[in-house]
Amino acid sequence: MSGRLPLQLHIPMPLSRPGQSPRFDHINLSAAGEVRRPDPCTPEREVRDLPQLLVRVLDDAGRAVGPWNPVLPDGILMQALRAMMQTRIFEDRMFRAHRQGKTSFFMKSTGEEAIGVAQALALAPDDMCFPTYRVQGWLIARGYPLVDMMNQVYSNAHDPLKGRQLPVMYSARDYGFYSLSGNLGNRFGHAVGWAMASAYKGDHRIALGIVGEGTTAEGGFHEAMTFASVYRAPVILAVTNNQWAISSYAGIAGAEETTFAAKATGYGMPGLRVDGNDVLAVWAATCWAAERARQNCGPSLIEFLTYRAAGHSTSDDPTRYRPADEAAHWPLGDPIARLKQHLIIQGLWSEARHVQLEAELQDEVRAVQKEAEAIGTLGQSKPPLDEMFEDVFKEADWRLIEQRRELGL
Amino acid sequence: MTMVQALNSALDVMLARDPDILIFGEDVGYFGGVFRVTDGLQQKYGAPRCFDAPIAEGGIIATAIGMGAYGLRPVVEIQFADYILPAFDQLASEAARLRYRSNGEFWAPITVRAPYGGGIFGGQTHSQSPEALFAHVCGLKTVIPSNPFDAKGLLIAAIECDDPVIFLEPKRLYHGPFDGHPEQATRSWAGHPAAEVPEGYYNVPLGAAAIVRSGHDATVLAYGTMVHVALAGIAESGIDAELIDLRSLVPLDIDTIMASVQKTGRCVILHEASRFGGFGAELSALVQERCFYHLESPILRVTGWDTPYPHAFEWDYFPGPARLAAALRRVMED
Repeated sequence: MSGRLPLQLHIPMPLSRPGQSPRFDHINLSAAGEVRRPDPCTPEREVRDLPQLLVRVLDDAGRAVGPWNPVLPDGILMQALRAMMQTRIFEDRMFRAHRQGKTSFFMKSTGEEAIGVAQALALAPDDMCFPTYRVQGWLIARGYPLVDMMNQVYSNAHDPLKGRQLPVMYSARDYGFYSLSGNLGNRFGHAVGWAMASAYKGDHRIALGIVGEGTTAEGGFHEAMTFASVYRAPVILAVTNNQWAISSYAGIAGAEETTFAAKATGYGMPGLRVDGNDVLAVWAATCWAAERARQNCGPSLIEFLTYRAAGHSTSDDPTRYRPADEAAHWPLGDPIARLKQHLIIQGLWSEARHVQLEAELQDEVRAVQKEAEAIGTLGQSKPPLDEMFEDVFKEADWRLIEQRRELGL
Repeated sequence: MTMVQALNSALDVMLARDPDILIFGEDVGYFGGVFRVTDGLQQKYGAPRCFDAPIAEGGIIATAIGMGAYGLRPVVEIQFADYILPAFDQLASEAARLRYRSNGEFWAPITVRAPYGGGIFGGQTHSQSPEALFAHVCGLKTVIPSNPFDAKGLLIAAIECDDPVIFLEPKRLYHGPFDGHPEQATRSWAGHPAAEVPEGYYNVPLGAAAIVRSGHDATVLAYGTMVHVALAGIAESGIDAELIDLRSLVPLDIDTIMASVQKTGRCVILHEASRFGGFGAELSALVQERCFYHLESPILRVTGWDTPYPHAFEWDYFPGPARLAAALRRVMED
C-alpha cells in the first residue's frame, strides 16, 4: 500500500546513559499525603485510580502526613531505622569481603532497605515472606543472627545451608523467610499456593510474595497473579521497582506506558503504587493489603517505587549502562536519610545520635564478621562433605549412598 | 477395577484418610477429569478438596509447591504429560531442590499425575513419554504403573511420600491392557488378575520392581504400556525371557535388575520414549557397569524413534511386540 510508512520496531531506551545527566521526569509522583486511603476491602473497580498515583507519607520536610500515615510508636520507628542502617552496614562489609576474596558473590539492597524492613516488622511472625535476593533487611529486622547470614555468605562450616547455596540465597523458616533460589519469579506462585493453603486450613496466616520489576515479565508472574485472583488467595503480591534489572531499565520490562501497579487491574485486584523509600508508606500499604487479605477480601498488588542504588551484584559494573550519579538524583531520596530526618523533626533523634548509632552498628557488624571469619571464609572452611548428599530426598537412595562412598565417605 | 477406577479409588481413599490432601488441575473438579480419574470426588468431598484450575501448568505446580511448603499434600493433575513442560522450571528448579537448598527447612510433598504414552493416535502432543526428563532431575521421583492394582498402590505410596513424585499414567492402559496389537479387539481389564483391586487402603512401595514373568534366557526391562507389549513380544519370540516391570524409575530397584541380568546374561530394554538420551540409556549403562562379566551379548534398546510422535505412522513408531521379539532373537544369536 502506498502512503504508509514502513513499520518500525520500537526498542525502549532509558532517558540517560553514562556521561549524560540523570533524568527521572518520566516518573509520575504524587505529593505526600495526597492519595486517598480507601477501606482495605473496597472492591477493585472502585480503586482503579490508585495504580497511577503514588502513596507517600513522609513529605520533603520529613513530616508524616495524610491518610496513609500509620502513626507508629516511636520505638518501632527506631527499630526500623536501626534495622535499615544495620542492613546497609552489613551489606557494605560483605561487598568488601567479596572484593577481598573472602566469598564468590554478593548482592546489596542499598536504597531499598525500607521495603524488607517495614514488611518484616508490619506482618505477623507466622506470616511467610517469599522474598527475592534483595530483601536482606527482612532477616535483619526480625533478628536473624547476622553471624549466620555471614556464615551463609562464606559457605563455611557453620553455614546454615551446609554450603549448598550461592551467597545471599538464604532460607529461614522460623523467621518467615522462604528459601530463595536463582530462578526468577518461580516463588511468586509459591506465595499464592501457601496463602491458598492457609485459607484451605481456615488459618489466619497470610503470604507476601516479592518480585523485582524485571521479573514481572516472567510467565510465573502472570500465573501467580491469575491464581491469586481466581482463588482470592490471602496474599500480598509486591513488585519492587528499582528501575533496573541488571542493565535493563524498567521500560524493557513494560513500564514505558504504564505502571507495574496497574497490572493489578487486569487481574481484578487492587493495585497500589507506593513510595518504596518511605518506610511509613511501605508500612501502611503493607498493612492495608494484609488487612484486605486477612478479611478474606483477597489479594492485592503493590508496586514499591525505589531505586537500585548499588550495582546489581558483585559481578556488575553499573557505570557501563547508567549515569554514575543517577542514585543521587533519584527523586524519592534515600530511605534511611528520610526516616532520620523525620525522627529529627519529631525531636526523637539528632545528627549526633545518628553518628553514634552508626558507629555502634559498625562495631557490632565488625565483631560479628570476626566471629564468622574465625569459622572461615569461602574455601578456608566448609561444612562436612557428606552434607553434599543429604536432603536431596528425605532419605538418600542407593545412588547417593554409592556416590558418597565413591568420594571415600 | 479398570486403571481409571483404581486411580480414582486411591484418591478417594487418601482424601478420606488425610484432610491435608487436596486435588486440583484442569477440569478435575465438577467434571471429574477428562479421563474420569477424579470423577465424583468434588461431589463427595467438596470443592476445596478437589477443584478446577486455570489452564496454567506452571501455576498449578507453583501453587502446589507453596501448599506443600505450608504442610498440605497436594495431588495435582497435568492433563497430558505432553503439557507438563510449562511447569518444568517449577518441577526441576523448585520442587526438586527445595529440600536440598533449604537444608530441609522446606520441602514439597506433591504428587503430579499426568497421563502419558501413545498407542492412541494422539499425535505429537497427546502421546509423549517424557520420563527421562524427570528421571534426570535430582530430587524428583518418577513412578509409572502398568496395571490397576499397582496404579492404586503406587499412587497411594506417592501421595504419602515426602518427596515430589511425578506419577505418569499410561493412558493406553486406562481401560484395559494393550499388548501392542492394534489389529486385535480392544480388551478390558475384566478378568485380569491385576484388576482385582481392594476397595480400601494398601500401598505398593516406591523403588520395588516386579518380576512379571520369570525366565532364564534374557531379561526384558520395561514399564507402563510396554510391560504388556513385552509379554506379547516374549511369547512371540519363543524365548524364555524374564520380564521386569520397573514400576518406579526413581528410586530404581537396581538389585532386582542386577539379579536378573546376572542370571540370564542378556538384556533388552523396551520403552516407548524416543531412544537417544532416553531412560533406556541409563538402564543400559547401569547394567553394563554392574553385570559386564555376566553379559553374553550387547544390551539392546527397543524404543520409539528419535522423531516427534507422528499421527499417521502410529504403529510404525510404537515399539510393538514384533520389534521386541526380533531384539530377543538377536541377543540370543550372540
